[in-house]
Amino acid sequence: MENNNRRGFMGKAFGAVAAVGAVGSLVAMKKTWDPLPSVKAAGFTTLDMSIYAEGVMVTEKWRGKPIFVLKKSERLMAQEKGNAAAEARNIKIGNDNFMVAIGLCTHLGCIPAFRKDEGNFLCACHGGMFDASGLVLKVPPPRGFDIPPFKIEGNKLVLGEVGPEWQAMKDNGVTL
Amino acid sequence: MAHFTKATSVKDWLNQRLAIEKVEKVMASEYWIPKNINFLWAMGMILVVTFVLLLVSGIFLLMYYVPTVDEAFDSVNYTIMREVDFGWLWRHVHGVAASVVFLIIYIHMFTGIYYGSYKKGREMIWISGMLLFVAFSAEAFSGYMLPWGQMSYWAGMVITNLFSGGSLHANFLVEWIRGDYVPAQAFLGRFFMLHVLLIPVAIMGLIGLHFAALRIPHVNNQDGGEIDFDVESKKYLDGDKAGSKVMRFANDFMSKDMMVVGIFLIFFFYLVFYNYGFAMDAVNFDPADGLKTPTHIYPEWYFLWSYEILRPFNIDLGLVLFGFAQVIFVFLPFIDRSPNSIPANRRGTAFKVWFWLMLSNMIVLTAMGKLPPEGMFSAIGLVSAILFIVQWLALPIITSMEKKV
Amino acid sequence: MKNKEPIILIVVVFFALLTYYLVEPYAHSVMHKHVESEGFSYADLPTIEKKGDATRGQELVMGAGACVGCHSIEVAGMPAAMEPQMAAASYGVNPPDLSNAGAIFDAKFLVDIIKNPAHALMVEHKFDAEKGQMHPMVPFYGAGGDIDQEIADMVAYLQSIAVKPEEVTPTMAFENACGRCHAVSYENWTQIGIKPSFKDKKDSLAFDIKLLEYQDSIKAYMGKLPPDLSMYIRSRGEHYINTFMENPQSQLEGTAMPRVGVTAESAEKVIEYLEDAGDTKRHEREEIGMNVMIYIVIFAIFAFLWKKQVWRDLH
Repeated sequence: MENNNRRGFMGKAFGAVAAVGAVGSLVAMKKTWDPLPSVKAAGFTTLDMSIYAEGVMVTEKWRGKPIFVLKKSERLMAQEKGNAAAEARNIKIGNDNFMVAIGLCTHLGCIPAFRKDEGNFLCACHGGMFDASGLVLKVPPPRGFDIPPFKIEGNKLVLGEVGPEWQAMKDNGVTL
Repeated sequence: MAHFTKATSVKDWLNQRLAIEKVEKVMASEYWIPKNINFLWAMGMILVVTFVLLLVSGIFLLMYYVPTVDEAFDSVNYTIMREVDFGWLWRHVHGVAASVVFLIIYIHMFTGIYYGSYKKGREMIWISGMLLFVAFSAEAFSGYMLPWGQMSYWAGMVITNLFSGGSLHANFLVEWIRGDYVPAQAFLGRFFMLHVLLIPVAIMGLIGLHFAALRIPHVNNQDGGEIDFDVESKKYLDGDKAGSKVMRFANDFMSKDMMVVGIFLIFFFYLVFYNYGFAMDAVNFDPADGLKTPTHIYPEWYFLWSYEILRPFNIDLGLVLFGFAQVIFVFLPFIDRSPNSIPANRRGTAFKVWFWLMLSNMIVLTAMGKLPPEGMFSAIGLVSAILFIVQWLALPIITSMEKKV
Repeated sequence: MKNKEPIILIVVVFFALLTYYLVEPYAHSVMHKHVESEGFSYADLPTIEKKGDATRGQELVMGAGACVGCHSIEVAGMPAAMEPQMAAASYGVNPPDLSNAGAIFDAKFLVDIIKNPAHALMVEHKFDAEKGQMHPMVPFYGAGGDIDQEIADMVAYLQSIAVKPEEVTPTMAFENACGRCHAVSYENWTQIGIKPSFKDKKDSLAFDIKLLEYQDSIKAYMGKLPPDLSMYIRSRGEHYINTFMENPQSQLEGTAMPRVGVTAESAEKVIEYLEDAGDTKRHEREEIGMNVMIYIVIFAIFAFLWKKQVWRDLH
């Protein structure tokens, strides 16, 4: 019987070695599915914030998603004065305040339209509304627009990189 | 309807529904293999392993390959080789395995011829095996088109031109195969489909047939002796493992299969990482250019012998002989008229010479198929091609004169 | 029963190796001309006997030598006078910036090219002064003194402003020696430089038009557009590229490609650049290859031990 056990042991040992190889090849397979370097490199978008005009909403693109950029006019700033939730969402570059947000309705991902005269966003899918800071005015959206990770570099904004300002917003629950 | 009882274990549950124990016996533990066989009988397992390597690497290549004439080359050489993590590994494994699989197929084939494994009820094993050879050839050729390099393009041009039938000028057939006047988008698209769907499905079906054909006549052995598998397996099961002439497929022969596979994989991965050039021709790293033929144009090494049969003759005779060479191996069980099914070396001088001459001559043809067809190489190629044909024509005669040993 | 497996293995290995030898090393040795490298010694060019003076060389390069009439020397504050596509329209190809010429090109080659461009570049079959086919680079006929001394001074000047030879990077070597005729699309290199990523499509198209104009000029100058070299390290191999760079005529007689005259060190850098383009993962391949080989040997050993145990009872 001792002989038999030994045989069983070698069979198991071989099986274990083969399994190590199989797992090793799984690592290669997993990595083959990873986003390509070119995709990752394209995951950063740099916006020159000095080119935007006050009160004009511009849609940029970052990682395939629309990014709303709105340079707040004095009228908009006056409107939101005292509204702490709205002020917390402003991104300050130089003396200017910007709303920069992922332009997808937090309800089911449609792209809301900016209504210049009213200074707010209306989602065509289920009627959700957001104000100029991206906060919810009317349900069904569960929360305001998400703010993409950003880093301020002079008067440039790098989307996709985490800067201290964005980290603070995230820590304070301003964005997800 | 079958009667089901409350299962006592997962195994029992499965057993009632799938008869897993019975399947295990039929496929492995009571699938009886003769003991007097050598490592050449493990080539089948090596082919299975290589096929799996081709399939797995192919799946990963397929995810990034783009089958359009504008993007195919860059999707392989830029995206897969530079961008995709381990993409280079899948490509090298795929390219080297595609070449090595033919080396093993040829060893497997000549093993079969040497030991007479296509006779006495084993004809279907041989025939299904040769059909697999044809399917693998088609798979290799269609795969060779996909990187859309210079060799892809010009091999596609030359091989599809064979279908013009020489003096028959069947250009309509050539254009139908290409879907264009030259190999172009339609051609690449259909060969892509053949390579990733139709031919692999056919190969998998044929592998099933090949295994099934093995079931009733059993595996041959290196002495050509007949074994009473019922008697011998009973002896084994009764405990006389050493005295029985047979062994279980698993774990008995399987352990040897794995040992040979292990040695094969050392050789294989050495080629993949350190000596892949033979399987990935340098010329194919130039993008396809329909206005410039490469200086030297030759198929991959495993097609060279049949290519060489085409070369020395005028187009019509060449095509006829080429066609002959493609199909003649399939008919081996019927051309060999000998009553013996024993190793070639014991069948008398005539067949012994025939076998070793056939093997050597095919190597000569292979070499001449790659060398430029000039001077001495042309002459050797012509003689070898004629010898190949003559050997096959002579086979029925020399085998029917063979004495029963 | 005698164990026949060793002899069977020998037979199988013999026939496999024979086939391999015939279709690979042997067939390729017959098909391809073998060219031996001379180690970039440029033995056909005269040896330099004069010792140059960089200060006087500077005066000649900037003055009587008239080099800067066509060449820019950015490190010396002499930027290019025109955009590359305009320069190519005038000269056939954009004349190289000479900032690092002293480090990348061989001194003997520099001396010879100043005196007799078509000779140094090995394009005398294309540019025969007696037949009135002038090379676009005007030879230096001397500034009144000893011409050999003057040229040695100019070369000394070029060497004095260039980076140190060991500081030449693969990209620098490639761009100076090859990049004005050859694109390497996998490195985003075009004949007029790296194509930047433009936000505006109009800018991108404007760049493409400049590039096409430049390419038209080279086509006219060289007879055809020199090939993209992205995959040349795989399609030609290191040996071919090296000997071709050293002496294009040795591999391809009558080719319009000039001898580029790089030093042996710069040639290595060019090869490295091409390896980065066409064999990017070579280091990873070697490293992973070693690990896989170690693993697979262990796999085979365990398979062997298993077989041994299983078969103990079978005999």
